[in-house]
Amino acid sequence: MTLPDKPVSSKETDAEFFKNSVPSISQIWEWLHAVPDPEIPVISLTDLGIIRDVVWEGETLVVSVTPTYSGCPATSIINLDIETALRDRGLTNIRLKQQIFPPWTTDWMTPEGAEKLEKYGIAPPTAAGGPKRCPNCSSTNLEKLSQFGSTPCKAQWKCQDCLEPFDYFKCI
Amino acid sequence: MPATNKTVDQSALFQFLLRMGDNTLVLGHRVSEWCGHAPVLEEDIALANTALDLIGQTQFWLNLAGEVEGAGRDEDALAFHRDVWDFRNILLVEMPNGDFGQTLMRQFLFDAWASIMLGRLQTSSDERIAGIAAKASKEVAYHLERSADTVVGLGDGTAESHAKMQGALDYLWPYVGEMFISDDVDTAMVSASIAPDPTSLRNEYDAILERVLGQAKLSIPTSQFAHKGGRTGAIHTEHLGHLLTQMQWLQRAYPDASW
Repeated sequence: MTLPDKPVSSKETDAEFFKNSVPSISQIWEWLHAVPDPEIPVISLTDLGIIRDVVWEGETLVVSVTPTYSGCPATSIINLDIETALRDRGLTNIRLKQQIFPPWTTDWMTPEGAEKLEKYGIAPPTAAGGPKRCPNCSSTNLEKLSQFGSTPCKAQWKCQDCLEPFDYFKCI
Repeated sequence: MPATNKTVDQSALFQFLLRMGDNTLVLGHRVSEWCGHAPVLEEDIALANTALDLIGQTQFWLNLAGEVEGAGRDEDALAFHRDVWDFRNILLVEMPNGDFGQTLMRQFLFDAWASIMLGRLQTSSDERIAGIAAKASKEVAYHLERSADTVVGLGDGTAESHAKMQGALDYLWPYVGEMFISDDVDTAMVSASIAPDPTSLRNEYDAILERVLGQAKLSIPTSQFAHKGGRTGAIHTEHLGHLLTQMQWLQRAYPDASW
C-alpha cells in the first residue's frame, strides 16, 4: 500500500509506522462483511462463507476467496467488488488468492446469512437436501420443480398451499 | 506430500491434464448448445447450469495443464488456440447432441465415469489435482443424480421415449469403452500415484450402469467394440472440427481479442 507522507521529525522506524497506520485484520473483515453478493445482494460475502482468509504478507493484504461453483459467473464480479471495497478504504496493495481446497460447502453459510435469505424469499440450505418450509407462508407441503435454478447455487421449488414458486439454496 | 512431484514425467502429466480438461471443455460446449432450445424452461436452465459447471472445471484443469507445460499458455490459449489434432478428449463427449434423450444419455454415461474418476483423484499424490477433484466431485455427484433420474424417467416412460433412449444407448455404446483403455500416459500417472489406471474403474462403472439402466428398463448392449483415438489425439470424429469452428470462431477471426 502507499503510505501517507510521514513527518520528517518522526522517530518511528518504517516498520513501526506501517504497523501503526494499517487497518487491523478484524477491521478488514468488518469491511468485507458489508460487501453484498452480486447475485443475491441480501447476503454478504462473509455470510456466504466464501472469504476463507485475510492476512498481511509484508505490506500486501492477501484475501483468499473460494468459488461457490466452479463455473459461477459471479466469481470475477465478486473479486472486483472485494477489490473496490478495499480500495475505497484506502488500501491499494491487495492480492486476491483463489483457494479451491477445501471446497466450499453451504455449511460455511452463517446462521445470520440463512435468516436473511429466508426473509428475502429464498429457502436456505438444509442437510435434508430440500427446503424446510415455504419462505412465503411457512407451509411444509412442497414440490420440487427443478434441481437447478436461476443461478448455479439454487434449485426451483413450489409451495402446494400458497402456490408460490420459490428458490431453494442448494445444499452442497 | 509435495505439491509438485518433480520426479513425475511432466509431459505425461500435461497430457493427463489435457485429457481431463478437454473432456469437460468439449462436453461443456456441447451441452451449452441447448441453451434456449430445451423442451421446457426448467430443463433449459438445468442444461445451462451443467454446462457452466463443466466449463468452470475446465478452467481449473487447463490452467494447471498450462502451468505444468511451462510454455506460457493459459487456459484460454489452450481452449481457443489449438486445433482438432491437439485435443485429448474422449470421442463420447464430442458426439452430437441428437435429441434431448440422447443428450441426457451421453451425460449419464459420462457422469458415471467422472464420478468414479474424481472420487479416486481426491487421493492423488499431486495436491493440486486432489483439490480440483474435491471441488468438481460435488458438482458431478449432482449432475449424475439428475442425468440418472432423467434416463430412468424417459427409459421407463412412454413407448416412444423408451425406444428413443434405447436407440441413444445403442448409438453411444461403442464410445464407452475408450474411457477404460490404458496407455503409457496412464502408466506414468499410476506409477507416480497421481491417477488411477482407467481399466480399474470399469467394475464400479458397470455396477452403476446395471442399476440405473435396469431401472430404466433399457438393455445394455453386449458388444465390446470400442471406438478410440480421442484420448491420444490419434483420431477424432468429424464432429469435433465443426464444434471447434463454432467455439473458437471469435479467437480465429480476431486472434487474442479481449474485452
